[in-house]
Amino acid sequence: MGLFKDSNLITDPLADNNPVTIQVLGICSALAITAELEASIVMAIAVMFVLGMGNVVISLMRNIIPSKIRIIVQLIIVAALVIIVDLVLKAFAYQLSKTLSVFVGLIITNCIIMGRFEAFALANKPWRSFLDGIGNAAGYGIILVIVGFFRELLGSGTLLGFKVLGDSIEKTGVYAYGYENNGFMLLAPMALITLGIIIWIQRNKNTALIED
Amino acid sequence: MEKRTDKNSYTILFAVVMVVVVGSVLAFAASALKPNIDENKRLEKQQNILYAMGVNDNTEGVVAMVSTDKVAEYFSKYIVKQLVIKGDDVRVDDEAYLIDIKKEQAAAKDASYERQLPLFLGKKDGKIFYIVPIRGKGLWDAIWAYIAMDENMIVQGIFFDHKGETPGLGANINQRFFMDDFIGEHLLNAKGEFVGIAISKSNADPINIDKTDNEVDAIAGATITGDGVAAMIISELKVYSSYFIHLKNN
Repeated sequence: MGLFKDSNLITDPLADNNPVTIQVLGICSALAITAELEASIVMAIAVMFVLGMGNVVISLMRNIIPSKIRIIVQLIIVAALVIIVDLVLKAFAYQLSKTLSVFVGLIITNCIIMGRFEAFALANKPWRSFLDGIGNAAGYGIILVIVGFFRELLGSGTLLGFKVLGDSIEKTGVYAYGYENNGFMLLAPMALITLGIIIWIQRNKNTALIED
Repeated sequence: MEKRTDKNSYTILFAVVMVVVVGSVLAFAASALKPNIDENKRLEKQQNILYAMGVNDNTEGVVAMVSTDKVAEYFSKYIVKQLVIKGDDVRVDDEAYLIDIKKEQAAAKDASYERQLPLFLGKKDGKIFYIVPIRGKGLWDAIWAYIAMDENMIVQGIFFDHKGETPGLGANINQRFFMDDFIGEHLLNAKGEFVGIAISKSNADPINIDKTDNEVDAIAGATITGDGVAAMIISELKVYSSYFIHLKNN
């Protein structure tokens, strides 16, 4: 029963309370790493791991954390988890860790994480905190994946490295008809514009989200 | 009543225990994963060396190393000899590519120390490449490169990388548009003296037709990184120039 009762913890951040499009958190990494779909997916998984685990750890410790140093404690927990993610990537996905480079370290400063620790995990039981962490990371991840999808498709004509639109040099597929990749999609400003379009569509569908 | 967790003694104790626990967990993770990480770095070095001599999976405008499962095979196929130069002494060492340039540079600050200089001889389609690893300073942190040259010190291929240059500006030194400019560029002047390659902002030759001007076009907005690249090429390749002079005289 507890499973279904708390399902809104997962579903809310996916749409109507999305951390990126509604709360406008975690924008920096959403712009920086979304030039490729693969990097977006890995970043989403890494944030999901850090936020899910971090929320559980903070929640388990919520009654013993001295309130005077709770922000520092949260920082240490998230830093430790991020270092572990970084080491694992370096050991098992080296090329990817080079692509993500500094942004893995920047998970520490992703405001979604500290925000959920402070707002949710410190006041809730571990299971609910875990769901909240996974939900918020998924909400962040889904935006990353959507942005990454369009940027890689329109910018490089590939998806996860596969040439879905044909070969731009050999002029096969759509390139045979004069289609060209839009290199501008690979630059950070287009990520912001893509994100803006997502926010626009979302608020158009659900006018209750529009603020005065 | 004051809560138990608000006491100073509790706070300090908590902080100490927490740091010890987290520190041990991280130390354990780091040492457990170190062999894998070191292996990845070793393969990356081999990939970079091969990249410089033109063994890569490049497509138009994209940097692509040979895949990690092929790199060991290609490395033994294309790199025919690895040398270590120390003063006038040149010896063959199959692990020369593992020499830590950073440590050698630091040790060489002591004038009595004679630096070990690694040099790789690659052979592809009957052509000999002399590949040299170099390392220097960019704007924020280390930059390094693998340069493949022919016996006249004309650049045949180059691979730059960096630790933390500004994304979009200095970080672009590892992009094709910058690296490919170096191909064919001379490191010696017309008289055969070593001058290096300047990264020029006032270049009269921005599309780089003149390969003998010892200049390539700079990246806009990356002045200090570019200066670092030029300084690195001059100081680090100069130490090799006596080897190349020697090579020519024989």
